[in-house]
Amino acid sequence: MTVTQILFWFLSILTIFSALMVITRRNPVYSVLWLIITFVCISGHYILLNAQFLAIVNIIVYAGAIMVLFLFVIMLMNLNSDAEPQKNKWMQLAGVVAGGCLLLTMVAALKSASTANDTVTLGSGSIGLIQNLGQVLFKQYVLPFEISSVLFLSAMVGAVVIGKKN
Amino acid sequence: MDMPVNYYIFLGIVLFCIGVIGVLTRRNAIIIFMSIELMLNAVNLLLVAFSQARHALATAHGADNTLVGADGQLFVFFIMVVAAAEVSVGLAIIVMMYRNTHSVDVNFLNRLKH
Repeated sequence: MTVTQILFWFLSILTIFSALMVITRRNPVYSVLWLIITFVCISGHYILLNAQFLAIVNIIVYAGAIMVLFLFVIMLMNLNSDAEPQKNKWMQLAGVVAGGCLLLTMVAALKSASTANDTVTLGSGSIGLIQNLGQVLFKQYVLPFEISSVLFLSAMVGAVVIGKKN
Repeated sequence: MDMPVNYYIFLGIVLFCIGVIGVLTRRNAIIIFMSIELMLNAVNLLLVAFSQARHALATAHGADNTLVGADGQLFVFFIMVVAAAEVSVGLAIIVMMYRNTHSVDVNFLNRLKH
């Protein structure tokens, strides 16, 4: 076991554990904090995969902006864990069984997939650097990039229109 | 250091299924929303892993273009853009719903059923 492998397993286990904590905590604030840990772990995976730009963007956009937005909304609503709505036990069990069946089916289907021999070389390659990504983004994908700015504008207008008092 | 891409596939599947279970078992609209973010991130992780695997495959076959596989990482970039837009609109809807019903229970939103 080299250091990168140990890091991979450690990050994977921490990611799955914190993802489980997200969906099992009663208090939404704790869920948000565990989700931030999950995103930081996923950023660690990106760094292992040599996608440094995406790792930084993931931390800034997800763990920074989106999660702070979630925290603001939760604190605005003043939710406490006593008022937390709960599904009844059978519905929860059915949900877990359904999700487990999905997991089982996908693992069984992809276990013998043709990608079994492909490998990911950790800590190598330079496509994750901002220079190379920027070249592809502003040459091949310049139209989707501009369209996404229109999407942002419409989302902003939509959020203001929905959120204002009527 | 080489890592089989299958490990990443399984990690992505597990994260995605945790997100699905979260959507199915919780009634708090905010937690459902966070589970959706979890699913999006599982797919993002998988896209980055595939992009890296494709890059490794292309360079092993002696391709001189070093930008092979960068598309996958740009897709992740665009998914993040769409997720940010989605979160802003979705949280506005949740705040609106809380203002009208004083709860974030999604069972209040079953009026389309009747």
